[in-house]
Amino acid sequence: MEATQVQETIDARGMPCPGPLMSLIGTIRRSEVGTVIEVLSSDEGSLTDIPAWVSKAKQEMVEIVTEDGFTRFMVRKAR
Amino acid sequence: MTETISLALFSGTDDKLTAAATMATGAAAMGRPVKVFLQFWALDAFRADRITKDHGVAHEAGPEGAAALRRLDEKGVHWSELLRQAKEIGDVEIAACAHSMEMLAIGRHDLDPLVDDVIGIAAFMAGVNGPVVFI
Repeated sequence: MEATQVQETIDARGMPCPGPLMSLIGTIRRSEVGTVIEVLSSDEGSLTDIPAWVSKAKQEMVEIVTEDGFTRFMVRKAR
Repeated sequence: MTETISLALFSGTDDKLTAAATMATGAAAMGRPVKVFLQFWALDAFRADRITKDHGVAHEAGPEGAAALRRLDEKGVHWSELLRQAKEIGDVEIAACAHSMEMLAIGRHDLDPLVDDVIGIAAFMAGVNGPVVFI
């Protein structure tokens, strides 16, 4: 499998809800369409919140990877 | 799914304000308009000179709960900052209750810029199109 080209990484590990999501929203707003942003979150809420927002905001979830003690969400700015 | 979320904030403790700010932020992120009405002790917490000061926690928190919130505070953002972010990404209006302003002898210039307006209860209700969440 070809590795996804991540342009920006947000390390939101340790941040409580809704911190990781808010960091993602802020970064997406500043980025150009097509940019892939990666968020690292250890907040359980992110597992439901980030996919819910990505779907609502019509962005694109590229990949969700479970790591040791945190989750890696890769999101492409689609619009 | 664009029904407005109306929040009436009464309590002025940091735990309740954090819960309210989290709800407002989540609603704003999901594209819902948010209307916040500040009454009594919640309004007092929005004084510009003390918005980030320690406002304590609700009685039911107890010492352990209070300590847990302090630990969370070290990692997270302050509720006032959450509300600032919510206003940045969505349609969030924060209004002060005119009656509470009078009761607490607070003038418009005493309030943090997060507060958009001073209105009466009828004006708040005029903008409500669903249930009101009271915190």
